[in-house]
Amino acid sequence: MADATFEPKIIAFLCNWCSYRAADLAGTSRIKYPPNLRMIRVMCSGRVDPTFVLKAFALGADAVMIAGCHPGECHYLEQNYKAMRRFAMLRHTLRKLGLEEGRVRLQWASAAEGAQLARAISEMTEEVRALGPLNWPAQWSEEDGSIETAILQLEEEHAQAMEVAA
Amino acid sequence: MSERIGVYVCHCGSNIAGVVDVEELSRWAGETLDDVVVSRDYKFMCSSLGQELIEDDIKKEGLTRVVVAACSPHLHERTFRRSCASAGMNPYLCQMASIREQVSWTTQDKAAALSKSKAMVAGAVERVKLHEALEPNQVPVNPNTLVVGGGIAGIQAALELADAGYQVHLVEREPSIGGHMAQFDKTFPTLDCAACILTPKMSDVGNHPNINLLSYSEVEEVTGYVGNFVARVRKKARYVKEADCTGCGICIDKCPKKVVDEVFEAGLGYRKAVYRPFPQAVPKFPVIDRESCIYFERGTCKACEKFCPTNAIDFEQQDTILDLEVGNIILATGYDLFDARKIPQYGYGRLANVYTSLEFERLCNASGPTEGKIVLRDGVTQPKSVAIIHCVGSRDKRHNPHCSAICCMSALKFGHLVTEKTGAEVYSFYIDMRPLHKGYEEFYDRLLEEGMHFIRGRVAEVTDADRQPGEEGKLIVQAEDTLLGMQRRIPVDMVILMAGLQPRRDAKDVSLRFGISCSMAGWFTERHPKLDPVATMTDGVFIAGTCQGPKDIPDTVSQGAAAAARVQGMIAVGSVEVEPVVATIHEERCSGCRICNNLCPFNAIEFLTDKAVSYINAALCKGCGTCVAACPAGAISGAHFSNEQIFAEISGLLYDVARGNGAKTPQPVEIPA
Repeated sequence: MADATFEPKIIAFLCNWCSYRAADLAGTSRIKYPPNLRMIRVMCSGRVDPTFVLKAFALGADAVMIAGCHPGECHYLEQNYKAMRRFAMLRHTLRKLGLEEGRVRLQWASAAEGAQLARAISEMTEEVRALGPLNWPAQWSEEDGSIETAILQLEEEHAQAMEVAA
Repeated sequence: MSERIGVYVCHCGSNIAGVVDVEELSRWAGETLDDVVVSRDYKFMCSSLGQELIEDDIKKEGLTRVVVAACSPHLHERTFRRSCASAGMNPYLCQMASIREQVSWTTQDKAAALSKSKAMVAGAVERVKLHEALEPNQVPVNPNTLVVGGGIAGIQAALELADAGYQVHLVEREPSIGGHMAQFDKTFPTLDCAACILTPKMSDVGNHPNINLLSYSEVEEVTGYVGNFVARVRKKARYVKEADCTGCGICIDKCPKKVVDEVFEAGLGYRKAVYRPFPQAVPKFPVIDRESCIYFERGTCKACEKFCPTNAIDFEQQDTILDLEVGNIILATGYDLFDARKIPQYGYGRLANVYTSLEFERLCNASGPTEGKIVLRDGVTQPKSVAIIHCVGSRDKRHNPHCSAICCMSALKFGHLVTEKTGAEVYSFYIDMRPLHKGYEEFYDRLLEEGMHFIRGRVAEVTDADRQPGEEGKLIVQAEDTLLGMQRRIPVDMVILMAGLQPRRDAKDVSLRFGISCSMAGWFTERHPKLDPVATMTDGVFIAGTCQGPKDIPDTVSQGAAAAARVQGMIAVGSVEVEPVVATIHEERCSGCRICNNLCPFNAIEFLTDKAVSYINAALCKGCGTCVAACPAGAISGAHFSNEQIFAEISGLLYDVARGNGAKTPQPVEIPA
């Protein structure tokens, strides 16, 4: 499966207060890491709706990282714990869908941890490179022709799961 | 209606252009991305000429959206929003792509850098199409300020503000203000006496009508936001009624219990169970230390109460909780000294005549335990030779990698004081001499002339095991003299360890309490290391002095004044713009399930029983978006971070993914709310 020319595309959601600043710090400290990860800034890791992750896979991402403040250090007091709970649920769902564990990652990075974030990005990139392309859009089209239907179904399951969790 | 989008790619000199092909990026954006009508690259977008470029295009080309591919939005989002606003466009219709911090500074692979930059620009373009015009909320700024920490930085900040006519609440953890500076004897390089220059400022603070001094108090909780914070302060029980106490000190004389003063006298002297840290303490009211007071221990004594002429002692006093409403906060919480016991080979705590720098300050100080006489632990013998060891716990990867900035100069000061008071030989073991500021190098020259010996090399060991004649009963300092290229063993009577500065042990907790960030070590992080050294990423919270990093008294005072100036600016304007990034619930979609109700830590969500729907109080909402992500009915929308905007950004970021269905431009998949 491993293809020497394969460059994974990873989408990352970073919280504004810690992880996005860690990314800024990695930049200002000129720490090098693979250019495979594309970042989206959200105010808090608690803002990351599991459908964002599904959406990224549906549009062809090979992996998704969610990064937030360390537990106990959330700018919004405790919302990263909610991200953590959702992540557990999301990982469970994705496992059921046959996704390898390495394709989703929850990463804590404080504003001072540029180097740690860069290391996590490097690790994840290598892990996903070894897993090979995911190519979800094509895979889904082969099965029932419509990724939209699949997403709708997932969305429904997600909504049900949320109700139970509450 | 399709938008008219302008894309602006910044070279940032060679910072971006050195790695990313900016011309190609700008050309590609203009030709490939839908709705992009103008695409330009420029040397420095943030310069006034760069900003004018954007403003002119907005006016002439009728742009409705702007994307700037440059640095992190944390650096220049405000700049570009401001230029959009000045050209008549809503500032929230502008989006940045951080191709400097996230691309050019983190990779050298030019091809990959270009494709990642394209993805980021595509993401920003897709996202900005769905941006909504938002109006920032104007909130009034409460003119009162909270200053936390009563060292020289906090004192300076409080006095500047109070003198300008504003009310200040100064909170200090210890019974008196003064901080570390009050413990010092002389200050380098001018050798002014620390007390002579500090105590007048302390009494100014104590007497100032605009300063509410809360000593022996701590901030427990901070709520609110810029302009409108509420700080909950615990004023610990002193067991002395401030209203009745005259500060006569009879209670201190009569108290039968003596304990070692670990704080102010650095363990060298004693204090009573009812005490003032030092005679010039501000406020002058003593404190009863519950831990050592005989009455609190055994239920009997009350000597202080019996002798107090004004009946000011109150053993029943309780802690009081105060809620202070303030507009801005200045943190000036200072530093801790490195614990020299962590380097056992230097013998501190084991060898009697090894002192820390702070202990030596007390030893030299005329109001200290020896009344300024430099003597060994026996209390009578004057040392004939003294070794000063630099960089104890600083510039040492095992402890603190940073330079503590003040120790070289303190060591020179100590050398001078030892020579002046005892005539002893002084040996200074240094790695590098760093006398950086005005008059410092001259002071170093003076010490060279005074005959202080400088030995370049990190000390390996301080021992009392004598090996050679002349070492009996001495402390032997073993080091490699790296200039002579030989080992030296210098027998001395006294060793002073220049213990480094490190962040307060509770710095991390404090940073969380005030919602600011700190470095891995625990120094508070400034908004910008060069251009915004006293502001933090949290609006309305400023930092000053050594809580931000090691610095000497002049720099600390400058920062205290700078923070006060920033606060005065906020007060003078009178109002501040608050980001309109809040969540709202669409009543017609809300099923009233109340899942969101328990998610909000700020209690911004309430359930309207009459309508059977939830409601978000915008004034309390901080905009984290957790409820938006949780609503199973999709009834909550988060301004500026809506699902649609983020989906669009994802689809743009994955512009280059080959899809099975062969679609060229990915169309956002509508997910029913």
